[in-house]
Amino acid sequence: MNFLYLFVLVPLVMMGVIALLKDSKRIKQVMAVGATIQLLLSFVLLVKFLDLRAAGDTAEMLFTSTLAWYEGLNISLSCGVDGISVLMIILSAIIVFTGVFASWGMTEQVKEYFLWFLMLSIGVFGFFITIDLFAMFLFYEVALIPMYLLIGVWGTGRKEYSAMKLTLMLMGGSAFLLLGILGIFFFSGAETMNILEIAAKNNIPEVAQNWIFPITFLGFGVLGALFPFHTWSPDGHASAPTAVSMLHAGVLMKLGGYGCFRVAMYLMPVGAENWTTLFLVLTGISVIYGAFGAVVQTDLKYINAYSSVSHCGMVLFAILMLNQTAMTGAIMQMLSHGLMTALFFSLIGAIYGRTHTREISQMGGLMQIMPFLSVCWVIAGMASLGLPGLSGFVSEMNIFMGAFMHEDLFHRVITIVACASIVVTAVYILRVIGKILYGAVVNEHHRELTDATWYERIAAVTLIVFIAAIGCLPFFPTEIIGDSLGVIVSKF
Amino acid sequence: MEQSMFIALFILIIPVLNFLFIGLMDDKLKPKTAGLLGILGLTVVAALSYFTAFDYFFNYGKVDGMYQSFYEAFSWMKFTETLSIDLGILLDPISVMMLVVISTVSLCVHIYSMGYMHGEKGFQRYYAFLSLFTFSMLGLVVATNIFQMYIFWELVGVSSYLLIGFYYEKPSAILASKKAFIVTRFADLGFLIGILILGYYTGTFDFKVLTDTNSSVFTSTPAATFMGASVLTWATALIFMGGAGKSAMLPLHIWLPDAMEGPTPVSALIHAATMVVAGVYLVARMFPVYFILTPEVLTGIAYIGAATSLYAAIVACTQTDIKRVLAFSTISQIAYMMVALGVSKFEGHDGLGYMASMFHLFTHAFFKALLFLGAGAVIHAVHSNEMSEMGGLRKYLPITHITFLIACLSIAGIPPFSGFFSKDEILVAAWEGDKIIFFCQYFVAGLTAFYMFRLYFNIFWGEEKQYEHIHKEHADCMTIPLLFLALLTVVTGFIPFGQLVTADGFGFDLHTVFEIAIPSVLIGVVGILVAWIMYKKPTQIPDKVATSVKPLYVAAKRKFYFDELYMFITKKIIFRRISTPIAWFDRRCVDGFMDFQAWWSNKVSVKIKGFQSGDVQLYVAIFIVAILVISAIICL
Repeated sequence: MNFLYLFVLVPLVMMGVIALLKDSKRIKQVMAVGATIQLLLSFVLLVKFLDLRAAGDTAEMLFTSTLAWYEGLNISLSCGVDGISVLMIILSAIIVFTGVFASWGMTEQVKEYFLWFLMLSIGVFGFFITIDLFAMFLFYEVALIPMYLLIGVWGTGRKEYSAMKLTLMLMGGSAFLLLGILGIFFFSGAETMNILEIAAKNNIPEVAQNWIFPITFLGFGVLGALFPFHTWSPDGHASAPTAVSMLHAGVLMKLGGYGCFRVAMYLMPVGAENWTTLFLVLTGISVIYGAFGAVVQTDLKYINAYSSVSHCGMVLFAILMLNQTAMTGAIMQMLSHGLMTALFFSLIGAIYGRTHTREISQMGGLMQIMPFLSVCWVIAGMASLGLPGLSGFVSEMNIFMGAFMHEDLFHRVITIVACASIVVTAVYILRVIGKILYGAVVNEHHRELTDATWYERIAAVTLIVFIAAIGCLPFFPTEIIGDSLGVIVSKF
Repeated sequence: MEQSMFIALFILIIPVLNFLFIGLMDDKLKPKTAGLLGILGLTVVAALSYFTAFDYFFNYGKVDGMYQSFYEAFSWMKFTETLSIDLGILLDPISVMMLVVISTVSLCVHIYSMGYMHGEKGFQRYYAFLSLFTFSMLGLVVATNIFQMYIFWELVGVSSYLLIGFYYEKPSAILASKKAFIVTRFADLGFLIGILILGYYTGTFDFKVLTDTNSSVFTSTPAATFMGASVLTWATALIFMGGAGKSAMLPLHIWLPDAMEGPTPVSALIHAATMVVAGVYLVARMFPVYFILTPEVLTGIAYIGAATSLYAAIVACTQTDIKRVLAFSTISQIAYMMVALGVSKFEGHDGLGYMASMFHLFTHAFFKALLFLGAGAVIHAVHSNEMSEMGGLRKYLPITHITFLIACLSIAGIPPFSGFFSKDEILVAAWEGDKIIFFCQYFVAGLTAFYMFRLYFNIFWGEEKQYEHIHKEHADCMTIPLLFLALLTVVTGFIPFGQLVTADGFGFDLHTVFEIAIPSVLIGVVGILVAWIMYKKPTQIPDKVATSVKPLYVAAKRKFYFDELYMFITKKIIFRRISTPIAWFDRRCVDGFMDFQAWWSNKVSVKIKGFQSGDVQLYVAIFIVAILVISAIICL
């Protein structure tokens, strides 16, 4: 059996086990064990992958296998990974692992919560291991549906509204996507859904590419918070429970970026080149607009949601630069943003769980009360504003450097606009730190609050370790990425 | 040589280990242990730095009469096949000199803080941050390529942010730290874009290539232009913008006076001796590029420097907070260094300005650190920063008094103190370079003497105030650094700098040019005399002078309204004119449009819901009408 199937089978087995259990403590233990196994598996995958590469296996995708699912339409559950998907799988495993610990304090309907949570993770892992267009779409949907329930049932605030909005907008996106996938399928000869085979044929006529590319890109772009289709993000994140926000911003939004370049750019390079100008403008707007939007927000989750719009905009922005350096930066940015935004959301969850407010004006001086959480917050903030030594810096530098390799005025201007976001990011990050962590204690009741519990510490420390690891040893991931990007970049 | 690289590596590793250990242990360490650990680490670093410097200058550094640069690096992140960020160590005259400056001042500050910060909450955190800063600053000066410099540049920025905001419960400290970070971040944006342009067009980030006048960087210059200026002009001007932000040049200086909210030893280390000269160091590091490829930018630097030094000196005359006086004095003195670089040439004795700039950087670091630590001792004694609450302190703090006086004489340019020698060389270089700049700097020299002695007389002479719990002189750990720095202030002027640190690596002899030295000492003395008349005893003169030039005085006291400008840009423009409308637009228009979709779908479905009411008569009616319409269409 293919090793990759384990990533989908482990959560499936866990679902089965949890369905049989009643005690919520047991369920959490099972979750912890399962998530740890998955995390280990992802690293085993990395080691195996590097081993094969070191042994001289230069195939584009490794661990490929095919399982026919519906012969009539040539749909199969074929899977395979390259360096980029391996990194994405590791990212997902980390976020799922920390997400379990971040939701350790969950008390109501624990079983159902974790069942949906696992379903979500099946969708995510499935999406990253498959190389079949239809299976990709299938897993994408599998990841979306649990989101509705997780937010609608376990959320806070205007949860029904937010859940509905998020689901409808993302469904709207996937309608485009389905159209795009069908377009790709038929114009490439209606013989196969396998991405590798379609790419090898490279026979989609330019006229078709010209209309299929934008709708596919938009379809994934909605999930990647592309302006003006990003508005599900602030509301959705604000209402979602902690771990769901983590998983959503940390991994699900990466599905958008990953899909954009794996499907849209890779299969339709000509369409991509014809459409870059428009989409660069939109992503450029996302980057700067999200950052400015974050400056005036007063709710912690809204701030982080707008910040995500800005950072994820950077991912799509970099992909559209169509060169190796910028695309490497895009993948790094996905990893980096995934980790740091998960850290942010887990901290927001921890703080909200104590203070019962996310309004920055109602908090202050938390550094004196919960030093551990506050220090983690500062570290997350520093990663977000691109401090060297943490992950944000390396990804942004790759993106800017790559973007700068275009010599025409349009690219230059839009690159400088995107660069300017690093200043605005500093403004909103420091604003929050100054307001909620520093200063005098605003609410005297807060003095009785406690610092992080052991499970919150596990979540935060794990994320910080990976953030620092990417920041300090960027040559490791960039090499893995660069190795796999060559095939895609060579199309342009 | 290999051994030197190895030692230099240790110089970097020790502070970072200290930072991680003290930072992670935090409360588990006793405050005293944390402090001693920091001091121990820094002592080793200082010893290794002195050894490195000695070894470099007198042993292996000079080959064929020229100081070489030695270089060791590994590739940290590859952008393309040719462009990559390397991390490594570069040893050449200026980096070795900076190692000495940083480790010396940092060691003094570490020792001094044991007394100054005694009993403060977060003592361990303070030492962790100091180590972080020291590491970043050392990494900055030994950077082998411009991107490595940028990395450490950001790290010193963040350590500065953390240390300015050390008293994080104080609103003014929070605001100051935020302002410092954002203003320098803005400048760094320029720096970054400059690096990108430079890297793209020259194909390298490496200082070794960038400063080698035989390399392709200098032989084939890109022809591309943008808005009338060549791309290289843009690149170097933008890189200078980064330097101007860190080194507090007009109009990016606004963060430095506010940065005085941090603990005083921090001001001595970061905001007087080391980090703020990073901009000067950057220009010196890239000097061949500036001088050969873009001389027009270098001229601009000279003028910006001259304007800044004049501005800061005028403002310093009106400030009443002693740390702010020193802050403006720092701005003014750093601008001196910039001016010297700006008027300098490259080869042999023509590179006097470059040498003078580095010389002044060296001497200034010690006497300005001394001034700050002295001011710290005063503040520690009287628990206030305001000059009006001080006076007659010479009786209470004799050691502080004497050392402070030495530093004041040095900055005023009175021989034989170190400031005289370095400032004199700058004035000579300015005279040879540009007469207007010379007269400006000459006038500033007088102003400097005046405001420093205004400060001195106000603190140590004048009327005695009522002091609560004042004690006679401080503990040894505070006075020893003062005495050590005072000693350095006396002796460093006699170092034959011209033989060691020059633009092209070849040494030359320095001569005192009496035509310039004598007038410059004279104007210093005049400044001191004026201060003596006005402030030695309480008189009405200062008030009278202030009223006679009231508009100027008020404007200077308000720092020529630069802070208002900053507030206008951040609060009014960014917050109210850009961000608020964007947030509104996002909620009302973009999101409103999405909600509108939902709304009309909802409305439409409510309307057509009626067709499915289960009302059979309605179904029949519709059925009949439809049949009629369809048959009518078919028939026609």
